[in-house]
Amino acid sequence: MLHIKCPHCGLRSQNEFTYGGDATVKRPELNKEISDQEWDNFVYLRKSPRGNHLELWQHISGCRQWIKVERDTLTHEIFKTFKANEEV
Amino acid sequence: MSKNFRLEKGGLVNRNKKISFKFNGKKYFGYEGDTLASALIANGVHLVGRSFKYHRPRGFFGAGVDEPYALVQMNRNDEVDPNVRATEQELFEGLEAKSVNCWPNVEFDIGAINNFLNKFFPAGFYYKTFMWPKSFWYKVYEPIIRKAAGFGSASTKHDKERYEHKYEYCDLLITGSGPAGLASAYAAAKNGAKVILAEDKSRFGGSLLTSEVTIGNQSGQEWAEKIISELKSMPNVIVKNRSQVFGYYDHNMLVMSERISDHLPKTEKYVPKQKLWYIRAKEVIISSGSIERPLVFGNNDTPGVILSSAAKEYLKIYGVLVGKKPLIFTNNDSGYETAIEFKKNGVEPIILDTRKNPNSEIIKEAKDLNINIKFSYVVVAAKGYKKVKSADIAKISDDKKNLSNIENLKCDCICVSGFWTPTIHLASQSGNKSIFNEEIDAFIPNQSKQKETTLGSANGIFTLEETLKTSFQKGNELSKKITNKENKISIPSIVEKKTSKHDKFWCVPLPKGKYYKRFLDFQNDVAVSDIQLALREGYRSIEHVKRYTTLGMATDQGKTSNLNGLQLVSDVENKVVPQVGHTTFRPPYTPISIGAIVGREIGKHSKPTRKSPMHYWHEKNNAVFVDAGVWLRPRYYKQRNENLFEASKREAKNVRQNVGVCDVTTLGKIDIKGPDSAEFLNRVYTNAWLKLPVGKARYGVMLREDGIVMDDGTTTRISENHYHMTTTTAQAANVLSHLEYYLQLVWPELNVNVVSSTEQWAGAAIAGPKSREVLQKLFPDLDVSKEGLPFMGYMEGNLFGVNAKIYRISFSGELAYEVNVESDNGIFMWEKIIEIGKEFNIQPYGTEALSTLRIEMGHVAGSELDGRTIPYDNSLDGLISKKKDFIGKRSLSKSAYVASDRQKIVGVVPLDKKTSIPEGSYIVKDAKAKLPNPKLGHVSASCWSVEYDNPFSLAIIKDGKNMIGQKLFAMSPLKNKTIPVEIVSSHYVDPKGERVRS
Ligand SMILES: [Zn+2]
Repeated sequence: MLHIKCPHCGLRSQNEFTYGGDATVKRPELNKEISDQEWDNFVYLRKSPRGNHLELWQHISGCRQWIKVERDTLTHEIFKTFKANEEV
Repeated sequence: MSKNFRLEKGGLVNRNKKISFKFNGKKYFGYEGDTLASALIANGVHLVGRSFKYHRPRGFFGAGVDEPYALVQMNRNDEVDPNVRATEQELFEGLEAKSVNCWPNVEFDIGAINNFLNKFFPAGFYYKTFMWPKSFWYKVYEPIIRKAAGFGSASTKHDKERYEHKYEYCDLLITGSGPAGLASAYAAAKNGAKVILAEDKSRFGGSLLTSEVTIGNQSGQEWAEKIISELKSMPNVIVKNRSQVFGYYDHNMLVMSERISDHLPKTEKYVPKQKLWYIRAKEVIISSGSIERPLVFGNNDTPGVILSSAAKEYLKIYGVLVGKKPLIFTNNDSGYETAIEFKKNGVEPIILDTRKNPNSEIIKEAKDLNINIKFSYVVVAAKGYKKVKSADIAKISDDKKNLSNIENLKCDCICVSGFWTPTIHLASQSGNKSIFNEEIDAFIPNQSKQKETTLGSANGIFTLEETLKTSFQKGNELSKKITNKENKISIPSIVEKKTSKHDKFWCVPLPKGKYYKRFLDFQNDVAVSDIQLALREGYRSIEHVKRYTTLGMATDQGKTSNLNGLQLVSDVENKVVPQVGHTTFRPPYTPISIGAIVGREIGKHSKPTRKSPMHYWHEKNNAVFVDAGVWLRPRYYKQRNENLFEASKREAKNVRQNVGVCDVTTLGKIDIKGPDSAEFLNRVYTNAWLKLPVGKARYGVMLREDGIVMDDGTTTRISENHYHMTTTTAQAANVLSHLEYYLQLVWPELNVNVVSSTEQWAGAAIAGPKSREVLQKLFPDLDVSKEGLPFMGYMEGNLFGVNAKIYRISFSGELAYEVNVESDNGIFMWEKIIEIGKEFNIQPYGTEALSTLRIEMGHVAGSELDGRTIPYDNSLDGLISKKKDFIGKRSLSKSAYVASDRQKIVGVVPLDKKTSIPEGSYIVKDAKAKLPNPKLGHVSASCWSVEYDNPFSLAIIKDGKNMIGQKLFAMSPLKNKTIPVEIVSSHYVDPKGERVRS
């Protein structure tokens, strides 16, 4: 079980969090004209890197904040965590 | 020879307490402090089971966790426990156990015929033989293999034992209470660190209990006792015996299984049988010791062939002789310790040492004791079927290739020592890439991966002095970093015997013309010849060899076999062991019972049960409940002998004719506040929200970004910047997370806050043509007329002194209201509604009637919004705003979503107006078409229409809008039904929606 440092609450066990996927994906702006291809990329396509990955987690049984976690997908090592609005 | 193998005195067992037990139906006696294994050996019983593949007789090979043979089936506390290691099971009064893997009994075993046919059971036998013909698998091969295979049989009864889980945090977790564990725990505890010391056996001390050493002025055993009692008295230390740390997981999470009651005849009330500890440790010290390696020779699986360290343990701890004519076969000095122990107890051992001319203190001691030692000698093969009767021994040449002077020697046990293998499982699980140490011919941990430090013989250190020195030092160093305190401990003086170098030789060659089986893996019956065959057949990777031959894949996970297997592969391949590498160690280190893993999360405890504030009223009024997510909701209220069908029909009918009341507390509720709330809702929902006036509710649908409907519900504008959102019961948690995601990550500039208020409100839906009259009587001061409180209107009121919120919304399709009060007032509200509604024939209705009402109205719910449908599929086109953007809108223009024959919701009525259509049925054009019959769609929900008194269903089918009026078929292969049906509009009742607006 991972040990994730919530930037708001401190070190907590993984079972207090839910996983939210790639944190680098940016939603296209509202009302913007974009191609099917671009939209599909946003909705469906995700990288599955072996190694460093910036991802979203929500501290669902804690402060309910979405946070960004920099984690190694191979070793599970967590390098750093960020608040939702914090620049990486 | 006498059957009594217990010494007159000695050992740590309590000779004042005799214990009776049964093995294979026969009664025996042992002492308190015995294991099942030691008690059986004391009674001269060595045949305890049969091997997995060849059903060869099996005895005892070890004295603890490494035991590959002695698995028994236990009957305890009216429960069956298969695959218990007899070497670990402590004896208790009335214990009953029996052998596994033998039929009809251990003495005469039918499966042993495999042994004589063993040429037909080579490596990969199952892969090769049972491939063809395929149909034979189910009828012939599988049943036979299943009957013959497997250790023990699991109980089919519900396990009534109690298992618990515990979470713990500590500075240092120390796994094993041998010298390394005790010294490091002591140093850390003295520095004030929070320490957990775990020992898998019942006795603390590890190797100190059986070795001849002096620490300070005490024996190793006395010193261990002193340290343990001091540790136990310290408030910052948890000391646990019978506790196996079996897994090292991520971020220093280790899991330990504590066997609390397994050694007792009965589990006491309120005490668990086993407890699983999830331990998050700042530092982990692995002091798990080492396991003696077997030497490999012909028939080395015969009962009576045993590890020399185990023979010593039976002597020193249990006062039991594994034999009275022991042969010690060793390639290092450890065998001598066992021999000396035999000699001291009046038994004459013979030592065969593979080495030519070794010299050390302990060898000198053996010589001084006049023990018969033969150097450059080996055991060629054990003789005897159910027990060792003699051994063929031989002189071995200096290059270890040739045997000479073969002779037969009478003996009743062969104690083998092939040197020591550090137990590196936990370090390896932590991610530590171990390295091969040439000095000890075994792998030891390398660079720490997590916070693990391996000490003592687990780290390849086999002298006590070095072990204690490094362990005191590491315990001090690691704890000091955490507590910032240091308590210097002086290291006691140590007396131990110096040893000489072991011999790398471990596998005795076969004499000319002999084809003895030489086993590597004793539990899975993998012999030297199997590995050689696998290599001949082209298997190279050690992971492949392992799977093909099943080497190390039995329940002991190759604790005694792994390294010898690697040695063999490296010998044949002409590689050194590090090039071969070793297979991956995976948790659990020892088998863990399913009960312990599940813990208390069984049955109703596996998830919380949520009840509405009106729950006990429902209970008192004969409600039959149904699980709705984690909620319990009344499904129907039973009157007299009614069944579900009759009751729900009565309840639904009463709503259509009079008035009903339904507990809707479980609906998800989210409170939304902030100046940008309207803008936010406008982006979340598919329809327009900017112009919703205060005091009005609106129905909305929200999508995921891929265009699939996520949820629906009504949201009411309570005041300028305050909204009350409702969600479906099932999606409440997901919707909240969804909203938080967009507010926190996508549009942080929006000034909006959301919070769940599901549990703050109790809700009652009052529905039916007479609902307005009930409402008027509940709130006499309010104008609830058609004009005063129109459809989708909202007002606040005072319900006999209780604040209430009234929403004119409807799920049933009737004139209806939802009244919410604070949860604590829920039962007050409910009883008032029932009391006041009496004169209007009000009846409570449950989820079944609720479903009926919504289905015949064509209102969609979870069975249509099933995570696979878009708004168009559900005829929600009118809710899709053309003017604004919203979550998921871009997806709705994808070609598949706008296809002209896209699936759509329809109504389905059986032509005979009698046969109910099972939910999940396929809709097909031709009932007799060749299989697989192309399906148009499926039936999502079915009910008995109370309006028309015939069955009615909703279905989502291809090109639904052009199917109305067609005659098709509903097929349910599951229920074996084919029903001719007509497709109608999904709005079966009141298609214009006049009632809700009345
Ligand atoms: Zn938090």
